[in-house]
This record gives sequence, C-alpha cells and structure tokens, in this order.
Amino acid sequence: MTSNNTVPANVIDFINLEADLLDHKSYEDWLQLWTDDGLYIVPVDTQETDFANTVNFAYDDAEMRRLRTARLSGGESVSSVALDKTVRSVSRFRLLEETETSVRVRCAMTLNEVRAGRLLTYPGDVEFELVKDAQGLRIRKKVVRLLHAGSHLATVAFIF
Amino acid sequence: MTQVNLSKGQGVDVGNLVQEDKVHKDLYSDPHIFEAEMDRIFTKTWVWVAHESEIPDVGSYKTSFVGNHPVIVSRDRKKNIHVLLNRCRHRGATVCEKKHGTTRAFTCPYHGWGYSLDGELRALPKPEEYEGLFDKKDLPLQSLRTESYRGLIFATFNNDIEPLEDFLGGAKKWIDLFMKQSGGFPLKVLGDHRFRFEGNWKIQLENTTDAYHFPIVHKSFISSLDDQTSDIFDFLDGAGYVEDLGNGHSVMVMIPELVDLEANLDEPIPNRFKELAEELAKEGLSDMEVRRLVRAATGSGFNLNLFPNLACSMAFFRVLRPVSVNETEIHHIAIGGEGAPAAFNQKRIRLHEHFQGPMGFGTPDDSEGWERVQRGSVAGKDGWILVNRGMGKLIKREDGNVAGAVCSETGMRAAYRKYKKMMTANEAE
Ligand code: FES
Ligand SMILES: [Fe+2]
Repeated sequence: MTSNNTVPANVIDFINLEADLLDHKSYEDWLQLWTDDGLYIVPVDTQETDFANTVNFAYDDAEMRRLRTARLSGGESVSSVALDKTVRSVSRFRLLEETETSVRVRCAMTLNEVRAGRLLTYPGDVEFELVKDAQGLRIRKKVVRLLHAGSHLATVAFIF
Repeated sequence: MTQVNLSKGQGVDVGNLVQEDKVHKDLYSDPHIFEAEMDRIFTKTWVWVAHESEIPDVGSYKTSFVGNHPVIVSRDRKKNIHVLLNRCRHRGATVCEKKHGTTRAFTCPYHGWGYSLDGELRALPKPEEYEGLFDKKDLPLQSLRTESYRGLIFATFNNDIEPLEDFLGGAKKWIDLFMKQSGGFPLKVLGDHRFRFEGNWKIQLENTTDAYHFPIVHKSFISSLDDQTSDIFDFLDGAGYVEDLGNGHSVMVMIPELVDLEANLDEPIPNRFKELAEELAKEGLSDMEVRRLVRAATGSGFNLNLFPNLACSMAFFRVLRPVSVNETEIHHIAIGGEGAPAAFNQKRIRLHEHFQGPMGFGTPDDSEGWERVQRGSVAGKDGWILVNRGMGKLIKREDGNVAGAVCSETGMRAAYRKYKKMMTANEAE
C-alpha cells in the first residue's frame, strides 16, 4: 500500500466531462468518448468479475451503446420520456494503475433523479479503464457497481 | 403442522367486484382486499418458490416467499428438497437472510438455536433451563408441503389441496415445451434481474398474457432489432392465440412457429444467430447440434401464465411477489443449459439483458405502464377495468379449451375466474 495517489488532472477532467455529458443527455458526444472495443457494464453482483458469463443490468458493446442512447432519446420509450434529467457527482478518485498507454481509475458516484415526483439516489463505485491515444483519452471499460445492485431497483431510464 | 393465523382480511366480499368481462378498480388499491388475497389465495394454493438448479447440491439453499411469508428452500443430506418457514421457533427471528448459498445448518443469530437442512432443531445453547418443558423434536422450522414438476418447485400452506400435477393440469404440456429451450442440456438458472414497481400484483399478472400492449409499449425495443427479428415480433395479425388452460392458468402463443423448439430444425438460421452458429460450429458441433442450440437460444414463442405467481415467459421465468396493495417485486430469471457451450449461455444472457430488468429495453416501459394504471385507476368514485377484449370471438382449441385472438384478454379472464372462485370460496367457510 502506497499513499501516493496522484490522479492525473486530465483524467479527472475527462471523467467530469463524461458525467456532464450524461447528465445533459449529450449522447452523441458521449459515444465519441469510447474505443471501438469498449464495454459499458453495470453488474447485478458487485463482487462479480466474469461479466461475459453472468447476468448484468447492462453489458454494452459499441452497438448496444448506440442502441441504448437511441432508445433513451428517440421518444418511443414511455419511461425515458418520463425522465426529466439526472444530476450526478463524481469524486474520491483513486489511481489504480498507469502505463504509457492506459490508466485505471476508481471513483465514487452519486446520481440523483426525480421519478414520479420522488427524489431517488443511486450511489456506487465506478471503475474506468482509459486508453491514451493521439486525441487524448478514450474509455475502454467502465464498470458501475451500484450500492444497492443486489436489492430491487426501480426503472432506470438513463445511463450511469 | 402447527396452525398459522391466516385470518386477516376477514369479511371482505369481492363477489360483485369481479365479473366475467370486467373487474372493479378497488382490486388494485383496497388494502383489505389485499389482505384477503394473501389469506385466501397465497396461503391456499401452490406457490412457486424455486427452480431445482438453484439448489443443486447437498446443503444448497435459497430464500424465497410464499405470499408474504419468508421461506427457505433447502436441499438436505439425502438431496431431498424442503420449504421451511424462515422463522426461528424460539422468538421468531429469521434464521437466514442471504439470497442463496450453501450451509451445513441454519443457526439463528439471536440466541443460537441450530436447525438442520430439513428444519429439525438440533442444538441450542444452555439447554438445562428447558428441562421438562419441551422436546427438541417438537420445534423444527415449520415445513410446507412441497412438490416439483420438471424442476419447478412449488410449496403450499394448504395440506388439503390437490397434488401439484393436477393443479397444473393443462399447463403441464406447455411446461414440457418450455423446457426444450435448454437445448438438450438440463435447464439451469443463470442469474436474475430484480426490480419493483409501485402497483398491484395483478397488474403484472394480467400483463403476461397482454399482447395488445406489445407494439405500443415496446416500440423502442422493436426499433432496436434487426428487420428480420422485428418482423417476428410483429405478431398481432399472425396466427397466435390465448388459450384458457383452466385453474387460472393460460398460454399466449405469439409466435406459433416457435412453440416446439425441436421441430423445423432445417429452417434457415436467422441473421441474429449467425455468429452463434459459426462459433458453435468452430467448437466442433455437428450441423444438427448447432441448429438445435440456435433454435433453443431463441426461446419459446409463448408466455405461459401460472396462477398466481409464476410465468414461463418466452425465454425466462417471471416471478411476482405482492409486497403491499400498491407495491410488487418482480424477478426475471435468466435460464440456459447446464454444461451447454459457453457461447450458447452467453447469447441467452445477452438477449435477456437486452429486454429484461431495470435497465433493459423492455421492462422499464412495462413498469411505467403499470404504475400509470395504479395511479390512474383510483380516479373517480366508481370504475371498472375492462377485460372483455376478444370475448365475442372465442373458439375451441384441440385440447377442448376456450381460446381467443393473440391480443384478446382471454388469459386475464381465466386468471380472474380462478381468483373469484378462491376469493369467494373461503367466505362461505
Ligand atoms: S430467536 Fe432464534 S434463538 Fe432466539
Ligand atoms: Fe411488456
């Protein structure tokens, strides 16, 4: 255990940007943040590591991310239309691993929404695997472990 | 068995609130009716609690519910299955709260009474103070009558009820067909999605045989499919039907070509399964084996509704648990084949995630619709929920059962007929 936890400023900026794009439903821009082989995962079991062979709330490759954003913004989904907006904050950044070409970071997230007149909150840990390329950073993997993933969730009409 | 106090909801009379073509809106929102339902339905009939693959080994257990009674489904040292009330015989604490796991015994966390897998009270700390007061063998965890069909485990408080197979009756044939989707391997639970909605349990019960909503509520899901698949899901004008199977059970056949997953194996492989077929072929499976698995991966072309709490729904089990008059928990349980190629189970899991659960492309919109029913139906002093769709065009199917069009409300009427029978029968007692 080392007490060194210098998370590069551009990494924090990037994760804040991603959070802001999602809260403001800028889905086209959000899709651009990803590598082609990137995976967006929200597991049911927060202890799970074999996501491919287990049931997740979301296990999105590039195609499923495109379809998910199309559904959320297309106006055909009554639960998505019912959602006004989300407000989330990300904090408590920790550097897990850094190489020349990639960086792994963990942070805390709290997302809030109003559903049927009631405020709902979703705390969780988020782990990012980012690659560094000529344009800057891209997401290769994002895993959202919700604090209450193991209990009964209500409708989720947004992207964590 | 010790007598359980099941007398809540006494004096509630729903006789006039349930008619063949309509049900009164109070059925969704009156807490007294809810109490009566828990008593007269959920403690009187067979209630599904688990699939055998969820408790595969000696010592495996799963926590579940029969109505609002917490239970443990366990497998003892002789591999026998038990459904035990999750209530310590000392002062009533739950003895287990994990979703599932394996154990050698259930030990109450409060004063340490220890129960074996079949519920027997084995040991308790400082027994001397009980000398002459009781015999350990008289205080086991209370055991419910338990029977299984094709791996589906049901339990009941009612020792006088007919055997499970008689209760299932006309539904058995459809359960047999449904089980074909594990592709020749033993059917296995792969995981589940759990979610809740703010609405009465019967709104979900109705929905399982409601094809009418599909193209409307699930428009965004259909838009996310390739053309070939969205054509298959365009079934309202097809040859499908809803058949009343008796005892409150019904089946809604949406895609008749997918009723028997072991038939028509020579049909062309759909585009969305090409990749899976190639992967299976690469693993050395014969053409026939590949075709069988691909067809099994699509899931069955029907929803089987078993009154009151289970549906075998296309490719998964849907389980409902009434929490209160306006709150219901739903589990969507993904299934596959034990020992089947990983690519097969993976494909089934991905298809499950696509539609089901709180982040699926289907479930959230269903949930929104159901909550709207709960909120809207209270309007006005008096009012009815219509379940008469297709009533004027009924036919008889080959098994002698009444059926209506695929988008008829025949299944809802079947459920409510049984509901009324159970809700009024006990009033006479
Ligand atoms: S309540 Fe279980 S041992 Fe006392
Ligand atoms: Fe639906």
